[in-house]
Amino acid sequence: MSLQNATSPSNEPVIRCESVYKIFGDNAESLLKKANGAVDAAKFKEAGCIVGVNNASFEIHEGELLIIMGLSGSGKSTLLRCISRLTDATAGKIIIEGDDILTMNNKQLIELRRNKMGMVFQNFALLPHKTVLENIAFPLQVKGMSTSDSIDRAMEMVNLVDLTGREDYYPRQLSGGQQQRVGIARSLAIEPDIWFLDEPFSALDPLIRKEMQDEFLRLQSTLHKTIMFVTHDFDEALRLADRIAIMKDGVIEQLDTPANIVLNPATEYVRKFTEEVPREKVLKIEAVMDAVNADVSLGELSVNANTIIEDVAESILNSNAPVRVIDDEGQTVGSITAAKIVHVLFGDHSINLSETTS
Amino acid sequence: MISAFMQKKYLQFVALLVIFILLYQTIGPAENNLLWRLPPLIQAFPLWINDSISYMMFEWWPIDIYDPDIEEYEESPLVREFTRLVSGLILFLIELIREIMLGGAKTIVTFAGWDWATANPWAKMPGLPWTVIAGGATILGYTLGGRGLALFVGLSMTYISVFGQWEPAMQTLSFVLVAAPVSVFIGLVFGIWAFRSKTVETVLNPLLNMAQIIPHFSYLIPVMVFFGIGDHAGAIATVIFATPPMVRLTLLGLKKLGPEVAESGMMSGCNNWQLLTKVLVPTARRDILIGVNQVIMQCLAMVVLASLIGAKGLGIDLLIALNRLDIGAATEIGICIVLIAIILDRMSLAWANKQTDYFPDQSFSGRHKYSLIFAVLFVVALGLAFVGQFIFPEGFNYLYIVPHNKGISIAIFLQSGVDWIWDTYFFALKGFNEWLIISFLMPVKAAYLGMPVIATFTLMMGVGLIVGGIRVALTVGGFLLFIALTKWWDRALITAYLMSVSVLVSGIIGITLGTLCAQNAKSTRFILTYCDTFQTFPSFIYLIPVMMLFGITDTAVVIAIIVYASIPALRYTVEGLLSVPDTLQDAGTMAGVNRVQRWLSIELPMSFPHIALGLNQTVVFALSMVIIGAMIGTDDLGQLILGSLSDRNGVGNGLILGICVACIGLAIDQILRTWANQRKQALGLN
Repeated sequence: MSLQNATSPSNEPVIRCESVYKIFGDNAESLLKKANGAVDAAKFKEAGCIVGVNNASFEIHEGELLIIMGLSGSGKSTLLRCISRLTDATAGKIIIEGDDILTMNNKQLIELRRNKMGMVFQNFALLPHKTVLENIAFPLQVKGMSTSDSIDRAMEMVNLVDLTGREDYYPRQLSGGQQQRVGIARSLAIEPDIWFLDEPFSALDPLIRKEMQDEFLRLQSTLHKTIMFVTHDFDEALRLADRIAIMKDGVIEQLDTPANIVLNPATEYVRKFTEEVPREKVLKIEAVMDAVNADVSLGELSVNANTIIEDVAESILNSNAPVRVIDDEGQTVGSITAAKIVHVLFGDHSINLSETTS
Repeated sequence: MISAFMQKKYLQFVALLVIFILLYQTIGPAENNLLWRLPPLIQAFPLWINDSISYMMFEWWPIDIYDPDIEEYEESPLVREFTRLVSGLILFLIELIREIMLGGAKTIVTFAGWDWATANPWAKMPGLPWTVIAGGATILGYTLGGRGLALFVGLSMTYISVFGQWEPAMQTLSFVLVAAPVSVFIGLVFGIWAFRSKTVETVLNPLLNMAQIIPHFSYLIPVMVFFGIGDHAGAIATVIFATPPMVRLTLLGLKKLGPEVAESGMMSGCNNWQLLTKVLVPTARRDILIGVNQVIMQCLAMVVLASLIGAKGLGIDLLIALNRLDIGAATEIGICIVLIAIILDRMSLAWANKQTDYFPDQSFSGRHKYSLIFAVLFVVALGLAFVGQFIFPEGFNYLYIVPHNKGISIAIFLQSGVDWIWDTYFFALKGFNEWLIISFLMPVKAAYLGMPVIATFTLMMGVGLIVGGIRVALTVGGFLLFIALTKWWDRALITAYLMSVSVLVSGIIGITLGTLCAQNAKSTRFILTYCDTFQTFPSFIYLIPVMMLFGITDTAVVIAIIVYASIPALRYTVEGLLSVPDTLQDAGTMAGVNRVQRWLSIELPMSFPHIALGLNQTVVFALSMVIIGAMIGTDDLGQLILGSLSDRNGVGNGLILGICVACIGLAIDQILRTWANQRKQALGLN
């Protein structure tokens, strides 16, 4: 599965944040003005304010899956809620498809949510008095779609998330995983361009969580939504993300691809996270392969550059000659040796991989 | 030395007690001594209230109203026209429901006029046979709560009918069926408003506290002035009394939802109205329906009192029976009221707890099973009633309605039973009664009345200070000061005496019995069922047996209060003990505690905040019963309120007296609540 290919960066980002701040407290705005952009969480706390998001600037492009990662209290959910404007950011600009949503009035905002946004919640937040089908049809009916049309559409969504046969059940008759499938179907019913997911799988058991992640990847591979996904689970982030933003105390510590975060942690905090990560599960072949070299004779075997190392490690280790690395079109883009794989698997993690390759 | 004193609360309490006793002993009754009694500085308050109300009703903002009788415009004050309009509307609704159940011509008169109705005597609402209503209620009971509830509802309805109480019972029910939905609606609106606006919540909170503790009687008087006398006045007084819990529970239910539900609604693109009606209110369904249940209970509690200002039904019959000391009839009517209360309570609770389930592939008859059964029942019952005409003598068609007081009656047996008890135990009862009054109640009452005002203030504010600091002390002082500055301080002391004696006994009974019953699962279940059942009894009912045994004395009142007020103490004790976490119990077991150690060192401290709140409820229950005790002759604030009911200018007095009672309750509430909250915080239970 190749998510990288789904990303087709266009010039105009779908979401652009410019110096977004969210500060909780009575005189947050005046304090922020005084601080002149340099917000110190500790000082603000003395003044009775809590810093939720501190100077966040980034862009998300069409079809990209950005994961906001952080521990509880790091401001990741707050950032998501600023962008969906469930809370009002204290300062900054949040531009979605050209419009600054912070200046929108209530009516425009409702319009935007009815047509462009969908959101999945940690604790599902399904309506207990409506059936699965009615829950999914709810955003459509709120928009004014007729009952029969909305039910037809909702039925398609039920099939999409594999809940066929349970459409007339009530939420409390479903398991957690099934409830979240309903949550996902509901958020997708209006065919949003932007999809927000707030720790969607955190309330589920580990086994179900894995299953739901697979389901999520399956959906995304066909839908290609622009996604902001919040999680506190680093493994989940590495598994799903195109890019990851790691947050701490409201500040985005690093925003990069999973491979770069693991290989080149920008701060000490990020390094601590990446320390224990099994790199063969994160890195793709292309991150560690050697450049094309005519002098080396390659074996019969070839692997795709986008493959996760773990998936092909065994066959590479078993081959005597260096293995050919090809791209999706079958062009040779490099080679990889068993020695390199051994280094990834058992080598000293503190040594930077990309340096040892040169 | 001083720091040791500041830390040891019991030392502070001992010191307070010493000061109190010293003050009590040294200051004697004296006409002009401010330490003995404060002058009644605010005695003009009631007059002022009277004046402003009569100004509002009879002079303020006159508008022109067309009078069809004299065919001319007349001036009439706005407020009066408004209250007339409201009265008319409510009365119409009550009559409509009443005539659906019992038949009559008033609804038709409303639309067609008297002349037409007199000219066409056939034009009457026919009224449903009792079998239709009883059967319908049974089917409803079955859909909501299953076979048990259906059986109970069916038997109760049959009892009411067979004992010839159908007519007053339906009159009562029609009045509840109007008052309850109105209360629910108003409560819902205010609850939602308070949820959306912090300001509204802060303003409403003290008002709700006050409204729930001001005695029922006090509401009756202003309602009477504004709306006159009759079923509508009773309904309006009931609405005022029944709305606060609805506001509370709506607010609570909405607050409990957590932010995600609202957020999911917003992200689905709801506007404010859709968010409210399609997301928030339905999701808070259960709490809101519990509020409906509370409203219904409050309505039934008011049934008897509303009859004081003209509501028809069981209440007025009960009142008359009690006035004649006809215990047999009073018991029969009392049972009817209790049965209706339990039916409505259980049905509304079942409704709150009911959750729809999905059953696949139902046919038309499957989906509309109950409606179909009801339709069949309707036809069959009508047929039976029609046939009944020919079987039974004129006016006695038992298949249509059992005429009032023409049913079976066991009043004679009950009466002779009471007489037998009197004959057999006369001396024992009389002896106990006299002993209690002479050697206990009278001295305590005298002691309360002999308390200098400064001693009372010192004691109450001192407790406030020790428990919650200067703020609580000042609040308590403020409440007391209000009472002290009216001319009813002595009466208030009598109310306080009746209340505190009963609360003391109720508290001891409640906590001991609660602790004993919480020891095993079976007795726990039993005692909770007992509480559930007895809590639904309108407070007035408790007066019947005690009057039977002790006549019109303080003993009767005190015992009624004790029985009534021990219910919350019991319930909260049991629930508090049950709420002790299992892990803590296990930790205790592994540390090797015995039964008594477990109770003293784990269960009691952990459940103390809960029990303190129970005592708070006990105080509220006791106060409301003390005031109702006025009906059987006490000489406290309640008696004065009852007196102002029949006084033309009683509004001011009645209201201020009511507020005095509320002040007693609120002062104690302040102390107990602060204490409970502090313990909660200390134990990390929040």
